[in-house]
Amino acid sequence: MSIAKAKAQGTQLFLPLSVLAILIVINLIKGADYFSMSVINGALYGNIPNILFGASELVILAIGMTLVSASSRGQDISVGVAGAITSAVFVQVLLNSGNITWLTIGLSFLVSCAVGIAIGAFNGSLVAIFKVQPMVATLILFTAGRSIAFMIDGKLSPVLANDLTSQLGGVIPGVPIQTPIILTVLFIAVVALFIKTTNLKLYAESVGINEKAARLNGIDPAKIKFLTYMILGLCSAVAGFIAVTKAGRHDSVNILKFVEMDAILAVAIGGNALSGGTFSIAGSIIGAYTIEVLSRTLLRLEVGTETIKAFKAAFIIVLMIIASPVVRAYAAKALRWVRSRMHEGIVLDTGALEAAAASNPNAPAKKEE
Amino acid sequence: MRSENVLEMQGICKAFPGVKALQNVDFALRKGEIHALMGENGAGKSTLVKVMTGVYEKDAGHIAIEGKPVHFKSPQEAQNSGIGTVYQEITLCPNLTVAENMFIGRGRYAFVQWKQMNARATKLLQSLGIPVRPTQELASCSLAVQQMIAIARAIDMDCKILILDEPTSSLDEDEVNKLFALMRELKSRGVGIIFITHFLDQVYEISDRITVLRNGELIGEYEASSLPQFELISKMMGKALSDVATIKKHEPPATGQRVAVYEAAALSSDAGVRPFDFSIQKGEVNGFIGLLGSGRSESARAIFAADKPTGGDIKMNGTSVKIRAPLHAMKQGIGYLPEDRKGDGIIAELSVRDNIILALQVMKGFFKPFSRKQAEAFSNQFIQSLNIKTPSANTPIKALSGGNQQKVILARWLLTKPEYLILDEPTRGIDIGTKVEIQKLVLKLAEDGVSVTFISSEIEEMLRTCSRLIVMKDRQIVGELSGMNLTQSDVMHVIAGGGV
Repeated sequence: MSIAKAKAQGTQLFLPLSVLAILIVINLIKGADYFSMSVINGALYGNIPNILFGASELVILAIGMTLVSASSRGQDISVGVAGAITSAVFVQVLLNSGNITWLTIGLSFLVSCAVGIAIGAFNGSLVAIFKVQPMVATLILFTAGRSIAFMIDGKLSPVLANDLTSQLGGVIPGVPIQTPIILTVLFIAVVALFIKTTNLKLYAESVGINEKAARLNGIDPAKIKFLTYMILGLCSAVAGFIAVTKAGRHDSVNILKFVEMDAILAVAIGGNALSGGTFSIAGSIIGAYTIEVLSRTLLRLEVGTETIKAFKAAFIIVLMIIASPVVRAYAAKALRWVRSRMHEGIVLDTGALEAAAASNPNAPAKKEE
Repeated sequence: MRSENVLEMQGICKAFPGVKALQNVDFALRKGEIHALMGENGAGKSTLVKVMTGVYEKDAGHIAIEGKPVHFKSPQEAQNSGIGTVYQEITLCPNLTVAENMFIGRGRYAFVQWKQMNARATKLLQSLGIPVRPTQELASCSLAVQQMIAIARAIDMDCKILILDEPTSSLDEDEVNKLFALMRELKSRGVGIIFITHFLDQVYEISDRITVLRNGELIGEYEASSLPQFELISKMMGKALSDVATIKKHEPPATGQRVAVYEAAALSSDAGVRPFDFSIQKGEVNGFIGLLGSGRSESARAIFAADKPTGGDIKMNGTSVKIRAPLHAMKQGIGYLPEDRKGDGIIAELSVRDNIILALQVMKGFFKPFSRKQAEAFSNQFIQSLNIKTPSANTPIKALSGGNQQKVILARWLLTKPEYLILDEPTRGIDIGTKVEIQKLVLKLAEDGVSVTFISSEIEEMLRTCSRLIVMKDRQIVGELSGMNLTQSDVMHVIAGGGV
């Protein structure tokens, strides 16, 4: 990676990383044992594992949401209900398959993934072929989805009472890390590999920035948008799988509730434009973990569960204002002013400018990386 | 300080990270003069204008209006001090009326006084000789008239200084004349006008003085009447202009050994081009020529399937092929540089590197991305060979000047090693130096056996590069001219309906 690219990414990741740092400092002030971990029944527990555990679904959805935002310049608000549907399918297929083994779990999971991809294809065709606004297109499923999940369930909250699924949602004996964390890392690795071995990033960005130009370079914008929605559908299925194994039962009303807004927020906190174009998946992942850390920090500060949402909102408003182009422009201006004071009397040559650039506050972001 | 100077700028410096956009530039505008600001792309014209109008803050230097020092912090402040600006792209609202456009955002009252507004608009329009009614919708006016209304709007703000940035680039000759009449009228009222354009003839037609910038430095200020055009060009380019004269047309191969690289019969598209026959030989440079709206761009788009094809039989090197989408055309070895660079060409936020490799990458396939190293090698090769001025291959293309953006798009298609390259207005809105480079490149490609279809609204340019011209009018081909002695009057004759 060249220096300029690293710099550009550094600036984009500067905000979420510094927010994470601030939150961690707050936690450390509250109690120095923040990082401490303990081993219970052979697995690691503590604040950090809990955050990684809790954010699993959000991280996975944020990845898909990033791709959809980049290519279609809009957001899918049906990811939570899509996960509710796919996990309902997973539970039904599994419970009806007779005995529960790793094989039947795997097959049921694959079926739920297929359903997730089909949901993505449905949303994707509305957006890519019929050119419906993404939010309107996905509003359909958002509205109807939980009823569909309920109908699939057939009765209230079917229960997954067996060792294997609770190991998936908890800990596999002999493995020191909770399974959802491992699944999330695996999923991130698969996505990273896919992006590395295909042109998804280049195509999705091109389509999101300038659809007409992308088409004239041989890209089929509809196909790319369609593809990103299918990927997001798959993400929903994986998130639904993790959520339902964690819970041990399928509650069509509460599973993955309100996660869609957090997923969108994670994309934004990660420094990605919701209006499409260039994106950083790393940013969105950090954004997702930031949201989780924020929730847990507020809990740790003993903010009541009823009021936590208001505090969270206030924090995010401040964050978004700091990150807004308006404030950034002012900051840049202030920075230039300080610099010009510092370099007064020195001939303003490129060398001096670069020296000044090197001393700008974005530099610490790189250290943290 | 001369009292007749309405605007005086001294020692203006402005730097952006890595680029010194203006270095110690002086500029003076007299009352009642038309002053052309000249320079190649990236010379610093727009930066100077933006410093003048408060868009950018200067790093150093002094600005005075009518002898009084000023320090603008925003475009609004500049406007209040009497600087009016009209940009190349018209920034009015097409669905409002003429009068509304002239006074929009200016009322001090919450309620619009329609009668008063229309009366005032009528008076102003009449006094400037603009032939529209104030209640007419703006969209119903021609581009030239819209441009004039933008100027009228600026004038009404009681401006002493009027900046016209490429006002004529989308106007036809008749419209340009109307605009010039308006400019002369304003000049006689004592308004100082700064005129920025790429059309040299227009500069000489209307300007009193000329200031030339190059690479952010002031080259000089001249009386228009005492600066021959050739000298102006060499001052802008910084080198003697023998280059322009040395462009030599490529001779197509003799008739006997001709091979049609591309051949189409009854080709049509949903953009409304009538079915037409067209072919191009190996190593030939031909062009569609005609007025704006004649269908020349649409024909080019039909060949590349940029618009949806509705019919036609296509042969590449004698074999029948189907070209239903741009990708098919690309796979047949056709490249297309679109007319609208901003809308159809560049992917603004992506890097120069990504913009260069895009077409070849798409041809290679979704599952076969180029390695980072390979992409670097490709882009660096063209940044060097086409002399693309960019801080790095990672810079977003939108940060480059128009000419350099165009070179990037050219590089994109050259990288695909096309057999047949369609260039629609490759030289529009870019500086002379780059224009000459592009024309030379076209001829060099032809020598190497690439067929090129070249479209330009500057007839001279087409005459210089093409060995065959296909004349279009009202969306159909009305004639064809070839031979080494093509002249401007031949073309005019055919367009005017005289036949060949």
